[in-house]
Amino acid sequence: MADARAIASAVSEAIGVAATSLRPDVLASMRAAAEVEPSARGRSVLAQLIKNAEIAETDHVPLCQDTGTVWVRVEIGVEEHLGELLQPVIDAAVREAYRAHALRMSVVRDGLFDRTNTGDNTPAFIELVTRPGIGATVHVMLKGGGSDNSSALTMLDPSAGIEGVKEFVLRTVVEKATGACPPLVVGVGVGSTFDKVAGLAKRALLVPLGSDSPGETGVLERELLDLVNGTGIGPAGLGGRTTALGVKVLTAPCHIAALPVAVNMGCSAVRTATVEVV
Amino acid sequence: MTDLVRITLPAGVEAFSGLVAGDEVLLSGPVYTARDATHARISEELERSGELPFGLKGKVLFYAGPTPAAAGRPVGSVGPTTAKRMDAFTPALLEAGIVATIGKGARSAGVRDACVRTGAVYLAAVGGSAALLATHVRSVEPVAWDDLGTEALVRMELDDFPVFVAIDASGADLYATAPAMWRRTEGE
Repeated sequence: MADARAIASAVSEAIGVAATSLRPDVLASMRAAAEVEPSARGRSVLAQLIKNAEIAETDHVPLCQDTGTVWVRVEIGVEEHLGELLQPVIDAAVREAYRAHALRMSVVRDGLFDRTNTGDNTPAFIELVTRPGIGATVHVMLKGGGSDNSSALTMLDPSAGIEGVKEFVLRTVVEKATGACPPLVVGVGVGSTFDKVAGLAKRALLVPLGSDSPGETGVLERELLDLVNGTGIGPAGLGGRTTALGVKVLTAPCHIAALPVAVNMGCSAVRTATVEVV
Repeated sequence: MTDLVRITLPAGVEAFSGLVAGDEVLLSGPVYTARDATHARISEELERSGELPFGLKGKVLFYAGPTPAAAGRPVGSVGPTTAKRMDAFTPALLEAGIVATIGKGARSAGVRDACVRTGAVYLAAVGGSAALLATHVRSVEPVAWDDLGTEALVRMELDDFPVFVAIDASGADLYATAPAMWRRTEGE
């Protein structure tokens, strides 16, 4: 039964996995990149990151000291019954998981007026959507400050088209990549509305690397990856070809006058985990 | 790229003067963790007294906020945070006697110029390799501002901690020059 408690327990499980285990698809992409990276310094950085993943896994310590904000997306079957408010139950799970796994508390009470640390990494940032049937899919992302800070959103004119989207993604990478811990996973959202397009870009970071998205999306992703890896920024921003391990794009309907585009940077330690609640 | 260079801290700017942007360095000895909130406080103290507090003169700042101790180590994981957020404070701190900073990412022209004036260097650690970097931390000792939690000023004893020279004392900047070497041009 996917009630609020079961969902919170899934969040707790996902936090432990995501903080200390590099996603298998990301690790595989990194290993493949290390084989072909032409820059010696770039290879040295990639080797360090691969070794880092091994140490984190073995010693059960965080991949990165910035263990992030907790972003949660719950897709719940309409036949389920939450039974309780989701926010406090998930916050309790975050509090307990961050202490149990010795993660860093990185949330302040208010962006502007009270920047004192909440001390337990709450609140979680939650979105809830419904789906047919029973059960729930719980996606968790621990989002680092450096990579989220390196993200950007723009409202293009529709006439800018695919070329305009490519130009914006590339410009964002060139301007901001070095602070986002490359090799990156670049999440791109196109369409929907001003507020929703950033969410599309973030959700794109959940899409596994290593297989092409279908149709035109896959073509665009490959073109973008080629452009990004032509910048020379490279691993850790210290020069090389592996600026990104992947670019993932999600598109949506939008207003006749609009072409919203968002880029959400994922770092070399992009941390997401998905748990099915049945 | 030259061979690995080993530097033992504390050391004056002379120890860094032979380094060239791109060199790989292994650092041992004490550094002091300081990030956003810590910088605001150090700068307040500097403005008030005209000197760096807590004997920071001649020392190295590491832009980092570690995770709690774990796996039998003094910190679970520790790696660099984005240096440019500290850029507004850095020139004054270098003038006051900080000899090197450790962080990640490109920095302002103001920081480059201050490196040239003072002989200080900016060292880049690899972001996202914090579990590995923590194995090069021998001990930690709180110095001040416990109320800042992970942003407290902490003395961290390093042991062959790997960094790259990102800005050398001549102002050469690896983040500005390295991508050009690997940029793919049209038609390639």
